[in-house]
Amino acid sequence: MLAGFDGDAAAHKALLTRLSGNLRAYFKTHLARIGKGPADAEDLVQETLIALHTRRHTYDRSQPLTPWVYAIARYRLVDFLRRTRASARDVAIGEADHVLANDDPSAVESGLDLERLMAQLTPKARQAIRFVKLDGLSVSEAAARSGMSESAVKVSVHRGLRALSRLATQRSR
Amino acid sequence: MKTDELINMLGTNVEPARGGELRNTLMIALATGAVLASCLMLAIFGAPAGRFAGLKILVLAFALGLVVAGARFLIVSSRPGELRRKPLMLIGVLFLALVSAGGAALVRAHPAAWSGMIFGPQWAACLICIPLFAAAPFASLIWALRKGAPTNLPRTGAIAGLVAGALGAAVFAVHHPGGSIPFIALWYGGSILLCALVGAILGSRLLRW
Repeated sequence: MLAGFDGDAAAHKALLTRLSGNLRAYFKTHLARIGKGPADAEDLVQETLIALHTRRHTYDRSQPLTPWVYAIARYRLVDFLRRTRASARDVAIGEADHVLANDDPSAVESGLDLERLMAQLTPKARQAIRFVKLDGLSVSEAAARSGMSESAVKVSVHRGLRALSRLATQRSR
Repeated sequence: MKTDELINMLGTNVEPARGGELRNTLMIALATGAVLASCLMLAIFGAPAGRFAGLKILVLAFALGLVVAGARFLIVSSRPGELRRKPLMLIGVLFLALVSAGGAALVRAHPAAWSGMIFGPQWAACLICIPLFAAAPFASLIWALRKGAPTNLPRTGAIAGLVAGALGAAVFAVHHPGGSIPFIALWYGGSILLCALVGAILGSRLLRW
């Protein structure tokens, strides 16, 4: 399950897909309590997936995965409530197991517009993300095509994703 | 955007995660902060005079103990879902030991000498210079922590402020170790706590992600 953290793309997708179901159920439950709908939940699922991905180096392999996922999900939820002026005190502290207890595979579209967010990135980061993450070019192909070094491409992708994460959470601020 | 599309994008060409990166970044930030604070001290006061003895060693040991315990806490608190209270307890024990030592020294001294011991020379310099020297280490620690994912921002900010304050105190002590243990407990300890308070307030803004 953790092979994705070592760079196995298929395993990483499988893990994110599985977690997205758990996260959707978790956010829907909490948001329903304060009268918010599934579209907000989907925003949070996506914000959390980006956070899990861009901050995967903060996971300590000697520790169980669930509390790490849960802590990030809860942080995103509290941040969302602060942004939308609801109270963080409405979020039950709950058990870490809750986040993985339920699965919800629905497919509501979030309000995140990738193209619009991409437009706000620096040209370098935008190009690197388009080549490597959307068109699926390898890092060396992307480097050859854009005239950057391979490490510069990697850095641009990483910075770009972090910037996307920040832009995604700033939309509703 | 559909979540499947996002997962597809995130899962394309995944770079392996480097687990030790976080610890290294914090250590680099700590070292950078210490060097910057020392440079500032040398620029203001020049090369330190006097031998390393007595109170100077006491202050340095106290401050470096805080730095070590605080740094260990920061490494853990920039990883979501982990909490170890041992470093926090160690910080509490260090403060308790210093305050009790200061109290004991006051009890043994004549009450007439108290104000001389407490308001020793340069108590104001202590209060001004320690936060001043702490600014650079605090900035570098915040830079490092932003690369992690702290989830309790005021607490992480407070400990970052405390570590920065302790580094500032260590650097200041090389020049002005103060005249007595009560002086150190009050003005050094107080300045470090002040840095922690400022760190908690700034941290909850600067560390958001």
